[in-house]
Amino acid sequence: MKANPKKTILWVIVGLLIAVYALFPIVWIVSLSMKSASDIANRHFWPTNISWENYQLIFTGDAHDLFIPALINSIGICLISTLVAVVLATLTAYAVARLDFPGKSLILTMALGVSIFPVISLVTPLFNVWSKIGLYDTWLGLIIPYLSLTLPISIWTLAAFFRQIPWELEQAAQVDGATPFQAFRKVIVPLASPGVFTTAIIAFFIAWNDFLYGISLTSTSAARPVPAALSFFTGASQFEEPAGAIAAAAIVVTIPVIIIVLLFQRQIVSGLTSGAVKG
Amino acid sequence: MSEIVLEHIVKKYGDGFPAVNDVSLTIADGEFVILVGPSGSGKSTLLRMIVGLEDISDGSLSIDGKRVNDVAPRERGLSMVFQNYALYPHLTVYENIAFPLRLAKGQFSDQEIDRRVNQAAQMLELGEHLQRKPANLSGGQRQRVAMGRAIVRDAKAFLFDEPLSNLDAKLRGQMRTEISRMQRTLGTTTVYVTHDQTEAMTLGDKVAVLKRGVLQQYASPKELYDEPVNLFVAGFIGSPPMNFLPVQNRDGALHSPFGSFSLPEGRARAFDGAPELLIAGIRPEHFRDWELVEPEDQARGAEFTAKVDVTEWLGHELYVYLPFEADAEVREALEELDRDLDGESLRTQIVAALEPGSLVREGDDMSLWFDPANVMVFDPKTGDNLTRDPANARRLAERSEQMRQRALERAQAEGASVVGGKE
Ligand SMILES: Nc1ncnc2c1ncn2[C@@H]1O[C@H](COP(=O)(O)OP(=O)(O)OP(=O)(O)O)[C@@H](O)[C@H]1O
Ligand SMILES: [Mg+2]
Repeated sequence: MKANPKKTILWVIVGLLIAVYALFPIVWIVSLSMKSASDIANRHFWPTNISWENYQLIFTGDAHDLFIPALINSIGICLISTLVAVVLATLTAYAVARLDFPGKSLILTMALGVSIFPVISLVTPLFNVWSKIGLYDTWLGLIIPYLSLTLPISIWTLAAFFRQIPWELEQAAQVDGATPFQAFRKVIVPLASPGVFTTAIIAFFIAWNDFLYGISLTSTSAARPVPAALSFFTGASQFEEPAGAIAAAAIVVTIPVIIIVLLFQRQIVSGLTSGAVKG
Repeated sequence: MSEIVLEHIVKKYGDGFPAVNDVSLTIADGEFVILVGPSGSGKSTLLRMIVGLEDISDGSLSIDGKRVNDVAPRERGLSMVFQNYALYPHLTVYENIAFPLRLAKGQFSDQEIDRRVNQAAQMLELGEHLQRKPANLSGGQRQRVAMGRAIVRDAKAFLFDEPLSNLDAKLRGQMRTEISRMQRTLGTTTVYVTHDQTEAMTLGDKVAVLKRGVLQQYASPKELYDEPVNLFVAGFIGSPPMNFLPVQNRDGALHSPFGSFSLPEGRARAFDGAPELLIAGIRPEHFRDWELVEPEDQARGAEFTAKVDVTEWLGHELYVYLPFEADAEVREALEELDRDLDGESLRTQIVAALEPGSLVREGDDMSLWFDPANVMVFDPKTGDNLTRDPANARRLAERSEQMRQRALERAQAEGASVVGGKE
């Protein structure tokens, strides 16, 4: 089938519109982060002069003490909770997809049930409990509630993914002369890894974007993550909005996310299992 | 190259249902054996037990005289084409075929792997697809990749589980010839599961007919066709299937709804002690249009007269359908048989495959001619074939074994080594 030029043009236009719509806020933030304090209210979309003032502020200036520890906290806490969630969810999903045991559907229902509770209703009791047992304002004190956010969705996505893996391939490999471990490593792992990576990225985003737990369960830079830290930014004087600094910080925290997606893009190849079995 | 012996093999799944029950088979070195049976009769289960993917509940399985019940699949040295191909989707066609060779660490050099893969690909006409992924191939190409993976190493035996079931008629025919030629040239012991009559009759040196996990008969296709042991085998082998008619055994003759006839002297003796009501089996191709039979032959045969219900003209043959009334007892036996055979027609009728020159049309009253020597008679209770001739069966078995040996020698003399073998 040859592409119809009219149709192609239409698609390009629609694509551009969507791209503009989606990218507009990001461009705006970028532009905002490059405006100097006096330029913020210039009533123009673009800065009058490009200024790195805001970036200096968060990395070396006044906001430095607030931002840098928060960045380290965020990266550390999110990576740990993602790792734990993915390892636990992989084991659970494998069991759910491959084995038959009583209470199998209970696990899935419970995972869903946990994620149904609104975070706001859990924060206050957690605050009390954490204060009593000394988890308040610690990394662990955030990792545990983050797991309650990331585990259910990881279990669900991985279970759905594992169900699609044609497990006969494991048997085929054994007939072809593989040991059970070789069959797992050479056949199952390559097929399962895209699902695991996708899940890891989703889990990381969820933890990375959390604000409510971050603001409620921390009080110092010992564990405060970036989204919470942003709310503590102040302008140079009382009457100045910290919008520029916040924008710069927002850009900086987006970068790790983009790097992670680019890094794992190769692994997330959809439809990798098609063609294995007929039907 | 190996001999596979199954002795009293039983498979009970978790729920205690015997999927395979007391099956004993001897598959000789280089033999091509077909497993047939209706859906759910335990064919795949049997194959999976041979290859080692399913535990054997009872009985013993040996390969080359060594008991292998508890040997891991990879140590049995068999290769298998799965019912659903089971290709590795993340590997190219080349790597899929090379997979078993790469697993045998240190046994094959890279050049040797390359040589074998290319040879297999050439034979299966996959040469131009070697660098593609399975997802981008057609069903027939995928099937050939699965086949390539099975034949690329020197397996002791090939196991095929309905490998052609998803192909169209033309490709199926093509692959059938290909498999047959390949098996003869390689001379590798092969077990092949199929639903397809043509595959069963043309490919196999021997056919094992299963019904609900129980082995009914294990013999050459010719013997199954000419000397089936029971009603089930008789009805399963042949297309269109054998006609079954209720007959009354009275006064030395058999009385059917279409007319009476008597069997030749030797065959009739088998009815001593049999019940009065019997089932006669006549294959559609054994009927002829009375009008077209030479007068000197007419006397030797028997005659059925009936009204034609439907005719189907296929070019090389004319099928005519003739309904009849059966009494309750026979009807029950026929219906049960029909269920066993996965049949959908519960109509009591006979089908005759006549010469295309016949002028019979729907609604005509016609006369059918047949030779009573071709009629089989079954006990409706037990299903046993009362007219089976063991001497003839033995003769047929010997002849098919001789034919197999000759075909094997010829093929190996011609096309020495296809894949594998020593250089
Ligand atoms: N994993 C299992 N657990 C319990 N019963 C099973 C299992 N696999 C097969 N069966 C039963 O064993 C019997 C034989 O199944 P099998 O798959 O061997 O049939 P088949 O002859 O290969 O049929 P088909 O021609 O449809 O492929 C069936 O009655 C089936 O229900
Ligand atoms: Mg099967």
